[in-house]
This record gives sequence, C-alpha cells and structure tokens, in this order.
Amino acid sequence: MSATDSSLLRPRLIGRATVNVVVAVSVLYTLLPVLWLVLAATKDRDALFSSDLLSLSDFSLVRNLKDLFAMDGGLYGRWYLNSLLYAVLGAAIGALLSVACGYAFDKYRFRHKEKLFGLVLAAVMVPQTVLALPLYLMASEAGLVNTFWAVFIPVLFNPFGVYLGRIFSRGYVPDEVLEAARVDGAGELTTYVRVSLRMLGPGLVTVFLFQLTAIWNNFFLPMVMLSDQDLYPVSLGLYQWNSSASVSPEYYPVVIMGSLLAVLPLILAFVLLQRFWRSGLTAGAVK
Amino acid sequence: MTTTARARVPADASRTEGPALSASGLRARRAAERRRSGAVIVLMAPFFALLTTIFLIPVGTAVYLSFFSDDQPGLGFGAERTVFVGLRSYAAVLTDPTFLGGLGTVALYCLIYLPLMVVSALVLALLLDSGAVRLRAFAQLGLFLPHAVPGIIAALIWLYLYTPGISPVIDLFARADITIDFLGIHTVVPSIVNIAVWSNLGYNMVVFYAALQAVPREVIEASVVDGAGPVRTALQVKTPLVRASIVMVAIFTLIWALQLFTEPMLLSQSSPMISSRFSPSMYIYDAAFTRNNYGLAAAASVVLLMCTIALSYGVTRFTGRADAEEAR
Repeated sequence: MSATDSSLLRPRLIGRATVNVVVAVSVLYTLLPVLWLVLAATKDRDALFSSDLLSLSDFSLVRNLKDLFAMDGGLYGRWYLNSLLYAVLGAAIGALLSVACGYAFDKYRFRHKEKLFGLVLAAVMVPQTVLALPLYLMASEAGLVNTFWAVFIPVLFNPFGVYLGRIFSRGYVPDEVLEAARVDGAGELTTYVRVSLRMLGPGLVTVFLFQLTAIWNNFFLPMVMLSDQDLYPVSLGLYQWNSSASVSPEYYPVVIMGSLLAVLPLILAFVLLQRFWRSGLTAGAVK
Repeated sequence: MTTTARARVPADASRTEGPALSASGLRARRAAERRRSGAVIVLMAPFFALLTTIFLIPVGTAVYLSFFSDDQPGLGFGAERTVFVGLRSYAAVLTDPTFLGGLGTVALYCLIYLPLMVVSALVLALLLDSGAVRLRAFAQLGLFLPHAVPGIIAALIWLYLYTPGISPVIDLFARADITIDFLGIHTVVPSIVNIAVWSNLGYNMVVFYAALQAVPREVIEASVVDGAGPVRTALQVKTPLVRASIVMVAIFTLIWALQLFTEPMLLSQSSPMISSRFSPSMYIYDAAFTRNNYGLAAAASVVLLMCTIALSYGVTRFTGRADAEEAR
C-alpha cells in the first residue's frame, strides 16, 4: 500500500526487496529438506548421528548404495520394480480408460448423462480409507488378497481423469473434425483412435502423470492388501524398514538412500513432461 | 458444463422433418444413431465397470456392514452368524472417546492447515504474478519440487528432521539454547501440518498462478490507471477473479486433510504422542485390521464419508452464497 505513488521510488524498492525475500525464504523452505536428503544419503551411520552434514571426509555414497541393494537379500530392487510396474502400467491403462470415458461425455448425447457425470464427480470426493475395508473383503472373497491384482486393479480407477478428459476433449477436439470424419464414412471408434486420441495427446499425458504420482504415492491400499514383502511397492517397504530402524540402526542409511532413489522417477517424469502438465493444471484450475 | 452445438439429431427428430426425408435416408440415420450408441458403450464401459467394482459396490458394502455384526454364539463355539444390529455400531463409534478424539484432532489439523495452505499458496502466486520476482521460473520449480516427493518419503524426511541427534534443525536451535520437541503433545499436530504444507504448497501455488495468468491484462491495467497500488490490485482485483480456483483448492485440500493417515502412521513409529487411533482413518484401519471389528470400522467409514460430503457441500454453498451476494 506504500508503493502507490510511482514517484516515491524508495518504498517501491523496499517492496520489491520484501517480495524477493519472502519468495526466497519459501524456496529455501521447500528445497532444503530435499538437499538434506541428498547430503544425508552420502553419510555413513556414525556421521549421520554426529550431524556434521557438510564435511566430505566420510563420503560413503557408494557404500550406502551397495548396502541398500544388498539389504535383506536385495528386497529394495524388487520393491522398485514393483512400484514401477504398478505405477507406469497402472497409470497408462487408467489414463486411457478415463480419457476415453471423458471424451464420450463430451462428444455424445445420451440419457442421464449429467447424472452419470455427477456420480463420477462424487467418486472424486470419497476418501480412500472408506473404500479399503470393503475392497479388502471383496478381494479376499475373490482370492486376490496378497496378489499383484489386489493393488493393481483398484489403482486403475481415476474419476478425476474423466473430469479432465471431458475438459480436454472440449478444448482440443473440435466437433467439426468429427463431422468431417463421419462424412468420410469413418466409424466412430476408428475416428476416436486415429484422429481424436492424437489431438488429446497432451491431455492424456497430463492425466497419466497425475495418476503416476498418485500410484507411486499409494501407501494405504498396499498396506491393507499385501503381506508378502516380495509384492510391496517402495513406499510400503521403506515404511517397514523404518519401523525396524529404531531397533536396528543399520537400517537408517539404507532408508535414507532408498528414499532418495524413490524420489528420482517422479522428478524425472515431471521435468521431461513439463510442458504437458502445465497445460493440464490450467485446464483443471480455471474451469 | 456447456454442450457445444453439433449436427446430431435426436432419434424422434425425423418425424418433424417429415416427407423431406426418404425412407433410405431415415434408415441410414438410424444406423448412424446405433453406431454412435455402440461407440458410447465401448468408450465408457471399461471405466464404469471400474466405477462399479471400486466405488459403488464398496460404498454399498460399507453401509451394509455398518448395520450388521458377526455375533459369536455363547462361549465362542459353533458357527459365526451375521446378524442385523441396526444402529448399534454407529452408537459404539459415536460414543467412543478415541474416535471422537480422532475427529477432534483432524478438526484441529484442518483448522490450522486449510487457511495456512490457501493463504500462503495464494500469496506466493500473487507475488510471482506481480512481476517483481527475480528468477521466477527457478522459484516456481523449487517450490513445486516437493510435489514430486511421495507422501511417505516427505514424512520420512521430516521425521528425521524432527529427530534429535540426526536433525540439523534441532542442532541449530540447541546452539541458541532452545530445546524443541517437535513430536511433543502440543507440537505434534503443527508438525504434521508442516509436512502437509511442505508437500502441497508448490502444487497449489502453480494452480493459483495458472488461474492468475488467465486474468485479462486489461482488467489489471484499468485498476492501475484508477490509481490502485500493487497490493490493492492483488487483493481487490486479482484475488476475486480467481475465486473458482480458490474454492477448488480449498475443497481438495479439505478432502485430503480429512483422510489424514500416512504422516501420523509413519510418525507414530517414533512418537508416543500418536496413538494407533490418532485420526479417523487410523481408527478405521485399527478397527478393521487390528481388532477385526468390521461393523465398527464400516460405521466409522460411513461417518467419515458423511463428514466429507457435508464439509464439501458446506464449502460450495458458502462460496456460492458469496458469489450471489457479489452479483447483487
């Protein structure tokens, strides 16, 4: 409020400095814990507890890496592959299914359309913890508890992806294109696969990325469904190792190293697919 | 949702067009209609199959289970029977001090977290949008980075930063002769709020920033011409224009906050202040998988679901009324 008059240069400069300090402090707040993780991953157990993070005298990054993949018979590598399988495959299939459904909501007219869409939106709001017990009982009825499918099938469900798919379809696929394809005598599904899906590409990537993050983060469902350590995703495995760490401290360095490696795929995905998810956020937010 | 104009004709429109349409044209149109409904079914069926199995049946099962109980006949011999118990499970949940305590904890958590999150994300977005910030792209990426850190790992990082002996933060405080117990009785909820803010601040900031970018430049220029300073422009011109995003962020933040599970679950490994029924979600997990009391867990789930629906509805109504008043 002090900087209203442009002839008063001083308050404006002070305002500018304040703005930059506030933003810089916020960035430090978000970055420093990640930096701590990187530094801590290079320390052996004793150095970790003596908390002299910046000294490079006891650099044991390579040893920590070796320990991580050797611990408990190489379980971590197994967890990592599981997580990749759950997340990449699940997000790919899930995104395709939800975007196809969102597209149908946008491009076709049918009875009770808005009621059905309301149902989809309602599903966005329902807490996962509410569904966990019934899902567990259903899986146990079907003999799927403690199998890959018990985690994989539920993570495919992504109602928010349908919502985004409808918005993207309206934004990216002009109705004229569909009309033209119809005049040419192309079938509806052929048009979808050959023409519309290509135009929906960026939207599809956005939905994929959101779902990838969600599945990679997933913790509650695997915890309920799985008891076989060989099927764990990284999140659940690290949780379990961390609970052992208070008794056997040799787990601390591997948990920290394991956390660092588990962060990498998502950062990589976000950086590589940056231009897609930015547009996705805008679409989700403005509407 | 608007429906764009399209050349499609409803099934009975052929009657109004009458004689102009030949019999073969009619048949072709009917065939096209059929093809379209076929396409709709193929496109939507897989998702709705998932919706039914992963959402509708489980919600129905939860409601069903909450009215029934496995009663063991006397002395625990003989087969278990499932009997209708009416509202007994609900009565048990709603009079259980640990469940009510959990609800209270989450209420406190939301009360601190929601305003803190929305205000700080919005302020950062407004600052970045003001054009006064150097290295804007770097600042945005830095703020967004924690979103790529999975929840359980964010909780792990902060758990270590809260642990004496490992944490450089506690060391720093100790050098200034301040002892801080981040996991004490009064600090444990703020400590969890901190983890959530750290994880989601950048994401919500980007959502707000994207909405601010969509504000027409003429509106902002007009307010500057009218003599409004940057602060007034931000608060009285830009903020009302991104209200839709604020409501969306508030609702999603609230829904996530009510599910509070991952962070306290992990912190409970190291803090005696966090019981196994610290939040409603932890209560459900404990009732279902530690105590094997499905009726109780289901009733608690339904109560949590009702709270979520009521609060989301409340937020929408509240902001809807504000919109209506604005329009007057």
